[in-house]
Amino acid sequence: MTTTKITVRRSAPGRSGTGRARKGSARKGSGPERAANGPGRKQWGYTVLAIFFLAIMLFPVYWMINASLQPNGTTLETSWLPLKPDFSGYATAISEQGGNLVTSLVISLGSVVLSLAIAAPAAYALAYFKVKGAGVVLFAILISQMIPGIVVANALYTAYNDLGLLNSIPGLILADSAHGIPFAILIIRAFMNGMPASVIEAARVDGAGHLRAFWSIVVPLSRNSLITAGLFTFLFTWSDFLFALTLTTTEAVRPVTLGIFQYIGAYVNDWSSVMATAVLASIPAIILLVAAQKYIAAGTASGAVK
Amino acid sequence: MSLTTDLSQAKSRANQRAKARAKSGSDNAQARETSPSPRRRSRKRRERLFQWLFLVPAVTYMALLFGYPVVKNIVMSFQDYTTATFFTGEAPWVGLANYAKVLSSSLFSTSLVNTALFTLGSILGQFVIGLALAIFFQRKFPLNGILRSLLLLPWLLPLIVSSAVWRWILDKDSGALNRFLGELHIVNTGVPWLTSTSLALIAVVGVNIWIGIPFNLTILYGGLQEIPDELYEAGSLDGATGWKAFRHITWPMLRPVVSVVLVLGVVYTLKVLDIILGLTNGGPANSTQTIATQSYDLSFHEFKFGEGAALGNVLVVISLVFAVLYLRASRRSVDE
Repeated sequence: MTTTKITVRRSAPGRSGTGRARKGSARKGSGPERAANGPGRKQWGYTVLAIFFLAIMLFPVYWMINASLQPNGTTLETSWLPLKPDFSGYATAISEQGGNLVTSLVISLGSVVLSLAIAAPAAYALAYFKVKGAGVVLFAILISQMIPGIVVANALYTAYNDLGLLNSIPGLILADSAHGIPFAILIIRAFMNGMPASVIEAARVDGAGHLRAFWSIVVPLSRNSLITAGLFTFLFTWSDFLFALTLTTTEAVRPVTLGIFQYIGAYVNDWSSVMATAVLASIPAIILLVAAQKYIAAGTASGAVK
Repeated sequence: MSLTTDLSQAKSRANQRAKARAKSGSDNAQARETSPSPRRRSRKRRERLFQWLFLVPAVTYMALLFGYPVVKNIVMSFQDYTTATFFTGEAPWVGLANYAKVLSSSLFSTSLVNTALFTLGSILGQFVIGLALAIFFQRKFPLNGILRSLLLLPWLLPLIVSSAVWRWILDKDSGALNRFLGELHIVNTGVPWLTSTSLALIAVVGVNIWIGIPFNLTILYGGLQEIPDELYEAGSLDGATGWKAFRHITWPMLRPVVSVVLVLGVVYTLKVLDIILGLTNGGPANSTQTIATQSYDLSFHEFKFGEGAALGNVLVVISLVFAVLYLRASRRSVDE
């Protein structure tokens, strides 16, 4: 909700892309009196066009939900609309993939905890202390984004094999955090850069140690950036496929992404359960988009800085 | 919004506290000022040590999860590292044999060409459509913000979910796309999108474009918002409107953002594995095999970890070239 408020306000002074200059005259009317008139017919025309673009872009999402509601078995002809919704696909999905969904949830939550515990102090050190070598650390974070996952997986597989971390939840939490930690450091640091140093100094002079100042002043103040980083870390880990694929060899620990891959790896004759699993695996993304819009906006905005 | 109020409240609270302290503890501060210098130096050193402790976990993690794999991969690429190594612990040195074998195989040239086509096609499509949408969303109309954020959904879904959905949409016999085209009488028989050697790469690029549009849209939209209105006002006085305004104002001003988006896009696309494995698994007949998927195949299907590592390093080198471009581009954008 907040996002829309912000964007509406931001776009108020008559921003309109390339057609902006052409609209020089319209700008005069874009004051309060324009707002009183409400959007004109042309504006609503743009809305319709935007909904049309959105419909094309989101068709696959619609199709996923539609197909998940078709009757089980050989769905040779999926109907365009789920007029007679059938939940047998979900029943199959939950009985076959329910455990994998729980595995994914455990790994994702574990990764959020680990990532924030590592990233928040680091971001604090980079933003506030301006320690020597901060530039090197930031440079390393940027470079780490260029390393292909398959290279990491290749080396980790051999190391995990020696350490007995293959097919284990801690092993996957450790590896999956590689998706989130660099990103989390960058987001939280960007936020902490804007935090007034006087607040922390005051606490320090009050006699609070470094840890106390960090825990009771810095962490509560940067709550929003921590939530943003946590949400994205959750999503990254939940979506992980590469480490699930390479660092597990048995059925013992199997995230849902790998479950879907196994489904579509063989000849598929039961698309409704596959699509039902896909819908269940999309729930975190959909919840984040609807419930946490302002955090998502913050995350994508700082993704640009990255 | 709540963020800034939180912050200012905390600030004023801290200020009050600081004032109160200034009254009561001024002599305390004086005592500290006059403390002998060697002690102060050692305190300073301890202080710096404490500060570093905050960074230690992150540095350790980055070293273990990024540094170690890169080094290990380089070492492995010079070894005959196979399944047997796991039992015997022996990985004989073979010099450049892995590289020679991998680079001279006929599959390498196929993968290289596919990687180039996949990256180029994806970036081009994502960028052009993303830019067009970003410009469109600069217009002021009802529901703009909500519709724009809903467009992020394809980017937030797990890639393997997107692959599964598109596999069903692109299915030859009963996929939605072929049925749609059939009802419009554009095609009569099912098009084998993912099972034909000539179409599979195009289909995979198409899906990857769909996934990448939201990212390009968001960042380019942000870049467009940064261009000051005054420039367009001044431009319109000189007769620069519409396309002319885009060419002479929007594009030059957007250039730094564009270069960052493109280079980041290339670096991310080079690494793509999930989508290709999910849609085609590199097939049919290696027509969608890229360097990344081939490296995965060598290591995890043929268990030739040394060769997989060598190919992975080739990919790192290609990425590194673009990394240098990226750093130069972002430095330029900071300068401007």
